[in-house]
Amino acid sequence: MPPLPALDLMVQAEHLRKTYGPAPVLDDVSLELAAGQGLTLLGANGTGKTTLLRILATLLRPTAGALRIAGTDAVKEPDVVRSAIDMVGHGSWIYEDLTAIENLRFWTVMGGHDAAHARLHAALESVELDTVADRRARTFSAGMKRRLALARVLLGRARLLLLDEPFTGLDRAGRKWLAEFLMSFKTRGGALVVATHSFDAGVGVADRVAILASGRIVLDRPAAELGLEDLRRLYDELAMGPATAS
Amino acid sequence: MRRAWIVVWKDVLSECRSKESLNALVFFSLLLLFVFQFALGPERARVEAALPGLLWLGFILAGLLAFGRTFLVERENDCWEGLVLTPGDKSAIYLGKLAGNVLLMAVVEAVLLVLFAVFFSLDFTGVLPALSLVLALGTLGLAAVGTLFGAITAQLRARELLFPVLLLPAVVPVLLGSVSATQVVLSGQPFGDAAQWLKLLAAADLVYLVVGLLTFEFVLEG
Repeated sequence: MPPLPALDLMVQAEHLRKTYGPAPVLDDVSLELAAGQGLTLLGANGTGKTTLLRILATLLRPTAGALRIAGTDAVKEPDVVRSAIDMVGHGSWIYEDLTAIENLRFWTVMGGHDAAHARLHAALESVELDTVADRRARTFSAGMKRRLALARVLLGRARLLLLDEPFTGLDRAGRKWLAEFLMSFKTRGGALVVATHSFDAGVGVADRVAILASGRIVLDRPAAELGLEDLRRLYDELAMGPATAS
Repeated sequence: MRRAWIVVWKDVLSECRSKESLNALVFFSLLLLFVFQFALGPERARVEAALPGLLWLGFILAGLLAFGRTFLVERENDCWEGLVLTPGDKSAIYLGKLAGNVLLMAVVEAVLLVLFAVFFSLDFTGVLPALSLVLALGTLGLAAVGTLFGAITAQLRARELLFPVLLLPAVVPVLLGSVSATQVVLSGQPFGDAAQWLKLLAAADLVYLVVGLLTFEFVLEG
């Protein structure tokens, strides 16, 4: 498989549309994301956030529109771009009957990476799970499972990280730790797309904030331009409708 | 091969710890034996005449339980998505899952043979090498189709209904060859008499294996 070209632009989505039956779940969604940037997607339930993440991950084919990941056509050549993508969704890809280190070994080998014990242990140490390396994932809390999934990200070569509700179920310390992890991923040149309902945590890791409503991006602005109060007001107006805003 | 091996390692390790499939299959085998014992009674001639069919009925029913569960573990925590996003050739996943199923069926078949020997006072030791070859070829064919159809139906709501409906007609050549070859082996006829059935089994195995390897990527992608 040829290596991906090292482009600054990680995601180029143009007029993406996804329909199930007659109703569009996503409609005319266009966005660009550069390496080292983070985009937070906000939106009410059922507005298409997860669908958009799954299209960006190449797990779903768009009904129409174009998608390039690191300059490669991700619709035509999903296999080429997959080595550059990692995703932490609701499920975290964890096998409950395997230990933490066994889970990492499995996904590292599947990804074609070096699965040396020291390397796996170092990744667990980075996410502060080294003391429970030999405990089965079944006994882990939601926060620990999230950390284990992120240890998997550390072991791969992902340049685009997609996260669906990553802050859900985390306590204050867990949220702080995750925000620091995501900021360091960006610092290393990775691009992030975070779908969340958590305004403060989501905006904290974002360079841009987008709001999805009825399958369309109705706002896409630099996070630095938006205060939390402004964002809440805009969200109420755009995502929840005028009745809620008033 | 490294990816196929890690899939086998993961499935075997998970099964050794949870014993979900193995416990279900062993209890199911015991139940089956009780039913056969009551249905056939103590008359040895009746048992011997029906034995090849009974053995393979036990194996195929156990296989229906085992193969249908193969990919259910991948639905938990969205592991299926991880497998789809794995770069490279997806047929390694099929090979790994197939090997895991063959291993599981080998254990179940060994248990069933021992139970048959105990329940019906049979002695398989003299025919064990020939019987093992028939079992190996038959199991490979069943597992090759079962693994593929297990993947096809894992994402469906009506999978419990659809899995046997799809699987059973597809494995008719394997069952035909397996039962007939087992009949030859158990009746004490020369092993050469089973050659045509063994050829049929080997050909069916090859076809199912190639179809599985070629189509698995499309099944996984949905």
